Amino acid sequence: MKADPIGVLTGSHYLDGDHACAEGAIAAGCRFFAGYPITPSTEVAERISARFPYVGGIFIQMEDELGSMAAILGAAWGGKKAMTVTSGPGFSLMMENIGLGAMTETPCVIANVQRGGPSTGLPTLVGQQDIMQARWGSHGDYEIIAIAPDSPQEAFDFTIKAFNLSEKYRVPTMVMLDECVGHMTERVIIPPAEEIEIEPRRYTKLSPEEYLPYKPCEDLIPEMVKAGDGYNVHITGLTHNEKGYPIINEEVQAVLVKRLVDKINVNAEDIIITEEEEIENAEVIVISYGITSRVARMSIDLARKDGIKVGSMRLITIWPFPEKRVKELAKKVKAFVVPEINAGQLVYEVERCACGNANTYLVPHYGGGVHNPQDIFDKIKEAMK
Amino acid sequence: MMQTQKEHPIAPFLRMDRIPHIWCPTCGIGTTVKCFCSALSNLKIDLKNVAIVSGIGCTGRVAGYINIDSFHTTHGRAIPFATGLKLANPKLKVIVFSGDGDLIAIGGNHFIHAARRNMDLIIICVNNFIYGMTGGQVAPTTPLTANTSTTPYGNNEKPFNIPHLAASCGATYVARWTALHIRRLTRSMEEVLQRKGFSVIEIVTPCATLYARRNRLGDGLNLMQFYHDNSEIKHGADTKDIDIEFQKKIVVGKFIDEDKPTFLDLINEGLSRKLGEKFIKYA
Repeated sequence: MKADPIGVLTGSHYLDGDHACAEGAIAAGCRFFAGYPITPSTEVAERISARFPYVGGIFIQMEDELGSMAAILGAAWGGKKAMTVTSGPGFSLMMENIGLGAMTETPCVIANVQRGGPSTGLPTLVGQQDIMQARWGSHGDYEIIAIAPDSPQEAFDFTIKAFNLSEKYRVPTMVMLDECVGHMTERVIIPPAEEIEIEPRRYTKLSPEEYLPYKPCEDLIPEMVKAGDGYNVHITGLTHNEKGYPIINEEVQAVLVKRLVDKINVNAEDIIITEEEEIENAEVIVISYGITSRVARMSIDLARKDGIKVGSMRLITIWPFPEKRVKELAKKVKAFVVPEINAGQLVYEVERCACGNANTYLVPHYGGGVHNPQDIFDKIKEAMK
Repeated sequence: MMQTQKEHPIAPFLRMDRIPHIWCPTCGIGTTVKCFCSALSNLKIDLKNVAIVSGIGCTGRVAGYINIDSFHTTHGRAIPFATGLKLANPKLKVIVFSGDGDLIAIGGNHFIHAARRNMDLIIICVNNFIYGMTGGQVAPTTPLTANTSTTPYGNNEKPFNIPHLAASCGATYVARWTALHIRRLTRSMEEVLQRKGFSVIEIVTPCATLYARRNRLGDGLNLMQFYHDNSEIKHGADTKDIDIEFQKKIVVGKFIDEDKPTFLDLINEGLSRKLGEKFIKYA
């Protein structure tokens, strides 16, 4: 399915990452937005509030992030593509209903323009400290999808991708921007609507008598309906059977939770996007994401000038983590160097997948700025020893 | 002689495959569900266009028993979920059916803001003065001095007066009944199903297992007798005068019924005025 031209501002623009994210959402067909102001994400909400009246969307500024997240779930069941946007503290408040979204398999998109934490931390300065929270933040076992753009262009492109994945896999999907990407202004090319591929909602063709809301298709994803279609569905955050009815026992729990986890992991290869550069013959690979990958490019150049064979793996999809590929690479290289604007989060995934076959070096940064490229370069040199 | 078993008149409105329900004997929630189903039945509403949203708690289970599109959400978040549902599909009549703790304590912020916006939602708030599902703890509605499992020496916090809270925040329909007033409650439900705007019905209901037992008030029948002897119908009463005190008079009736533009009315009107033909009117 192609994008509805009404929401696509085809042309060449000069946009910051937040505005590009908003345009990506509108191009993807988002027509319901609920959010609460928080720096540095507010510009996404502002742009959507200005643009929605022209495209038939409804914008509501809720009383808090708890309500924003609940509202987008309701809107999804009302038949809209829905989104909210936040940053650190608001992301924490959304966790409860992200869990409800995962449990009820509700397509929706959450953009998190990351700032430095913990707590109120650095409201106006960059961080990449919500990486683990994105995956583990709500209680219980489930999987989500998270994508980290590194430029305004990618904020546009991958917000569309996030909507598409959230519909395909019926899962809350996160666009993990950071303050730098959100606030940097660059050229953004918005293609014509007919060049934008849109994943339609997986509405069932079965009759109400035949339909079971949580009976999975072959790819483990159940088909959806919306309220008002006459299917009289019951949707609950309690452990439920295929009919959607609450059943509180370990057998039904096992079937449901296993599927919620498997539906992402089994389809991981279809979901994961990474960008590899000079991986062949590399002795060290820098694994990075978001704004840090742009800083790492300079460090990689410095290392190459120094004669070091260094490759780059940029994670566009953070979750699910490209486990298979990192395991493969670990057998070929000496070491991975992982710069992140945090005290070490994704580095643990790299270390786990390296399985002792390659060394793993963290280059931490505690937030408020980006790495000095020299620090990453120094770590590459250390890794070569 | 052959006896044919007749179907109960509200059976078509219930998920009979989920009966028996989880509520205790003499709990008042069942009565409120019966009244709600009767209202739907009396009005012959197309059930396709009705959706129900509940939060968590004893009353939170209502969504699971009514045979329409029904959503059992998180604790306190029924109203914002319903807000999204309603705005996404304004054709739907959306009812939030939940308890006093869910709507007024953990969900209190959403309650007051949805009232302020005059969001087109029906709020049915079952008030049993206590947290039932978790075993009888103090609620934001527990009358002063009442005993609960977390106020073993009596409650020292002043409770909310739900109709007054709703009215102060902008609700355009506010009524209170008890589980005894089935005819009047059903009529109130019919009224709100036919109007637009943020409509609140508080229903005082017996919780014999916890509230009555802890306060030695007898069983469900004794509580119904108490409502019979102590409730006073006062339509149009000033909501600030209708606090509920421990085992004192309960003022019931319809206090507010005003026609005011809803959230969506104002959005559509304001944006049309400002943007003219470029505005794509919502819904």
